[in-house]
Amino acid sequence: MRVIINGEPREVPDRVNVEELIEYLGLRGERIAVERNREIVRRADWTTTLIEEGDELEIVHFVGGG
Amino acid sequence: MELEKYSRQILFEPIGQRGQEKLLQSRVAIIGCGALGAVQAEALARAGVGFLRLADRDFVEESNLQRQIMFEERDARERLPKAIACQRRIRRINSDIRVEALAADVNPTNIEEIIGDVDLVLDGTDNFETRYLINDACVKHGKPWIYGAAVGSYGLSMTIIPHETPCFRCVLEQLPPPGSSPTCDTVGVILPIVFMIASIQVVEALKLLTGQRDQLHRSIIQIDVWQATCHRIKLGALLEKSDCPTCRHGRYEFLDARIRHLASGLCGRNAVYISQSKRVQIDLPSLAERLRSVGPVKLTEHLLSFHINGYEITLFADGHCIVKGTTDVDLARKLYAQYIGA
Repeated sequence: MRVIINGEPREVPDRVNVEELIEYLGLRGERIAVERNREIVRRADWTTTLIEEGDELEIVHFVGGG
Repeated sequence: MELEKYSRQILFEPIGQRGQEKLLQSRVAIIGCGALGAVQAEALARAGVGFLRLADRDFVEESNLQRQIMFEERDARERLPKAIACQRRIRRINSDIRVEALAADVNPTNIEEIIGDVDLVLDGTDNFETRYLINDACVKHGKPWIYGAAVGSYGLSMTIIPHETPCFRCVLEQLPPPGSSPTCDTVGVILPIVFMIASIQVVEALKLLTGQRDQLHRSIIQIDVWQATCHRIKLGALLEKSDCPTCRHGRYEFLDARIRHLASGLCGRNAVYISQSKRVQIDLPSLAERLRSVGPVKLTEHLLSFHINGYEITLFADGHCIVKGTTDVDLARKLYAQYIGA
């Protein structure tokens, strides 16, 4: 299915939850926050939040430099 | 107080004369005076923030100069502590304001004192651990703080008002394992992103200090200046849903030092940083005397440094230390124990 990730259209597997999507994108273990359709998804809700066709996702990477 | 100096800022309607008067009465602590912290310090000093406290554990080196705008070649030659170098420059920029410099490690033993009498804390640190510590202390004492970080051409910022917005730990629950994300060490960093992120932090600071909380951006802003992209995540209702150990349950695990690494790698350097778990005061001149049997020792007003087996050890009076020439934490600790003592 097609979703929008950080403004870019992207094909991802059907019926994935946020946790699986992160895994699919190769971002597991990274310091990230995820927003789905303008609402931030709590880390504890990643496995129960299903991604749907056309969803708009923003993935933020936290970094440490400064 | 002469306000002519700030006339163009006063003309800016959202600040005005009332805002300027508030800024002159304001007190801000900047933790970390490297790349981001230096821009914040300079901008707030020029804006006329009445009191700045600058804390940094590092000294100036040549490789800092490309992105750390407060410092000059002379500071690197003198190995000046960054907090001191920043303070000197700010005094030349705006002599109306008071600037306090702490050439020290910010840790659970001193952070509550450092933030206790300020209105706002700005993040200029280079590591996650200190940020969780800032978050604990600020949530505990109800102080707003502004996270900012930059690596490569990318950076992000978020403003935390305890119990009003999600806190840092609401958004990033776990202290990430070392080595799990890019650092200035691995991918470098360029000055333009430093300016952008620090500027976002400074604007938020000006809004907060002039009492305009309704104007805050209330999001996580991320920018890639090379890609010319900017994204925002709205923080919205996260606080209501949060089960955060820090701001929901009042557990300050970093402040209570239950989660702490006493030694860690340094951003952008082949070096290990070692801190103290308790308050100490080291008599640098007498230690320098003892170490002279080992080899040449350089002693300045603020620090002591010497070489041993190809490593360079730099020690500050509060006991914190930088071991250069290795990223091996155990080796660095061993050298510390051997030559400085436990």
